[in-house]
Amino acid sequence: MTNLFISNGLLRGKSVDILVSGSTIVSVKPHGETTAPEDTEVVDASGLIVFPSFYDCHVHLREPGYEYKEDIESGLSAAAHGGFGGVLAMANTNPTNDAASVTESMLQKAQQTWPNGPYLYPIGAATIGLKGKELAPMGELAEAGCVAISNDGMPVGGAEMFRHCMEYAATFGLTIIDHCEDPTLAKDCHMNEGTVSEAIGVKGQPVVAESMQVARDILLAEYLNLPVHLAHISCKQSVDLIRWAKSRGVKVTAETCPHYLILTDEILKGYSTAAKVNPPLRSEEDRLAMKEAVKDGTIDIFVTDHAPHADHEKEHPIEGAPNGISGMDSAVALTWTQVQDGTITEDEFIKLWAEKPAEIFKLPLNTFAEGDIADFFLFDPNEEWKLTEDAMYSKGKNTPFLNSTLKGRVKAHWLGGTRVV
Amino acid sequence: MSQEKHFIWPHKDLLDVSQLSLEEVSHLLDTAEQFHEINQRPVKKVPTLKGKSVVLFFAEPSTRTKTSFDVAGKRLSADTFSLSSSSSSLTKGESLKDTALTLEAMNPDVIVLRHKANGASQFIAERLDCAVVNAGDGCHAHPTQAILDNFTLRRAWNNEYAGRTLLILGDVRHSRVARSNINLLTRQGVKVRLCAPRTLLPHTVHNWPVEIYHDLTKAVEGVDAVMCLRLQLERQQAGLLPELSEYARMFCLTGNHMEMAKEGAKILHPGPMNRGLEIASDLADCNESRVLNQVSAGVATRMAILYLHATRKDKGA
Repeated sequence: MTNLFISNGLLRGKSVDILVSGSTIVSVKPHGETTAPEDTEVVDASGLIVFPSFYDCHVHLREPGYEYKEDIESGLSAAAHGGFGGVLAMANTNPTNDAASVTESMLQKAQQTWPNGPYLYPIGAATIGLKGKELAPMGELAEAGCVAISNDGMPVGGAEMFRHCMEYAATFGLTIIDHCEDPTLAKDCHMNEGTVSEAIGVKGQPVVAESMQVARDILLAEYLNLPVHLAHISCKQSVDLIRWAKSRGVKVTAETCPHYLILTDEILKGYSTAAKVNPPLRSEEDRLAMKEAVKDGTIDIFVTDHAPHADHEKEHPIEGAPNGISGMDSAVALTWTQVQDGTITEDEFIKLWAEKPAEIFKLPLNTFAEGDIADFFLFDPNEEWKLTEDAMYSKGKNTPFLNSTLKGRVKAHWLGGTRVV
Repeated sequence: MSQEKHFIWPHKDLLDVSQLSLEEVSHLLDTAEQFHEINQRPVKKVPTLKGKSVVLFFAEPSTRTKTSFDVAGKRLSADTFSLSSSSSSLTKGESLKDTALTLEAMNPDVIVLRHKANGASQFIAERLDCAVVNAGDGCHAHPTQAILDNFTLRRAWNNEYAGRTLLILGDVRHSRVARSNINLLTRQGVKVRLCAPRTLLPHTVHNWPVEIYHDLTKAVEGVDAVMCLRLQLERQQAGLLPELSEYARMFCLTGNHMEMAKEGAKILHPGPMNRGLEIASDLADCNESRVLNQVSAGVATRMAILYLHATRKDKGA
């Protein structure tokens, strides 16, 4: 049994010493009150914040099928270095994760490459091949280890089919995550519809492509009295609807990504394919509304929508480049800006990245109580670093933040008491 | 049959079990017991309904129910006439109303109707003077099935319903069998559980006097009987279910499940069965299976139903 003593870390604003034995937390005491027992590894965490390991509930790890973009090993490496103890991986692999055999092989690969974590929590497809026609065998997927159901990337367009997906998933206690996008309004769009798209001539996706489906999902969730989780929300109309739904008691939860809080479609003026993402970066009004929704709790969780692509795929005119931003390496630092600018508190930051994800998807959570799983990382809130390609552990270097200077960095990471970073 | 002389059946038609008081159900089942005895005799025919005519109007495919009514009528010496959708003028574009009026003009005593339209039996019952027996209308009701199931359960349970627990397993959303059974059994004091994927349960099922399960291993715990429903294969094409192998994995009743039920718990199925899909093949044939008893119960109870409806006028009703 190995012991670990984290000395003088900042936990929710207080200087503490944390004693870990084996895989669990033994005690958290004010700094200096206790000393490390013998045979204990002591880590000086002076000036560093201690966070429970975060969850990224929306990633694309590309394996099986697109290992040239990312694989489970590199994806989990990015997770570990990014501060994530668990990631929920979407089903748009090849083959699609619509059968227990695919789920099992993904879990096996994660166990082989990162046996101590970060942990992979697969998300099963809602429909076979993500085609929106035939329900996936969700009971089998749940048994194999899927923790949620989603047709992310290929949203279920038909309302009746989506209803069936919600009802069938509920049979097995699974929450359905919907990528809200009306397939007709979003067809052949490459950025947000607005002054920028109309200035540069690119066909834009209107915000209603998202918000209409948000409204549909909310109304269905209320009618069926079932939960629905809304993926990567990006615009004002959507958060207004979600706020309204929550006030009515609808079982709706929602996520957003760092880029919707920081960037707008202005960045697309130079046809930057690194900033091409779906849903697209929206207007300044939308960005401010997203920040407000994070602040007031309308948005429940942060996610990255980590969508790595190979360089050669993004090196095209904008119409030919795929959507997606590689996000896990930078997300914690990028969202830390929201604490720095006063949008949210540090406690809310923990809620958005750890507590609410654990609650929504029924995942284990370290609350630093005695016996809790020793999943935590040390974060230097002041370190400034450059997000170079070499600083990224993901294979996908496709991010509009590449070569920017970020503030705040993960310095060390333990999962189940074992150091992974 | 002496006791019937004092009991005038108060209903012109049998549209659903909801119209029957428990006393009437009990009387009907007692009558069926007497016919059941006749069915065990070497000569299985009595002259009770001699000279009466029964029209079997089945506008939806049916073998079991139609044959059951046919046998029931003939055992009582009634003349039975069959009309199916393919042979009837319905295929020539005649409305249900006109077909029914045409039939009535031939003065039958009872019309037995199976129709895909909900409320079809009520529709013609309101327009005709003869007795109408609903042999299944859409997803609405199947009273004669509920009565034969009740006859089967009454025998298995020694006429004691109260405190018993019955699990109905399968596609309740589209099942007229389930609706009629739930109505009758809950009134008799039976605790009814339903188990199905949520896509195969009615939207407002939480308002029904039943307990809902999605996990079959929990649903069968301690039950006195399980009634499996037939899964219509088109439910999958309609997007309500994934591949059928998952349905079989999650919702097929097996011997392992029955070990969780009460000892001696009975298994019912209205037929025709999809062996290996909603019921394991060996269970269908096991000692506790009442599937074939349901078939013979069907003849006896339908004899009682035809008798009570065809003779009520003769008794001064």
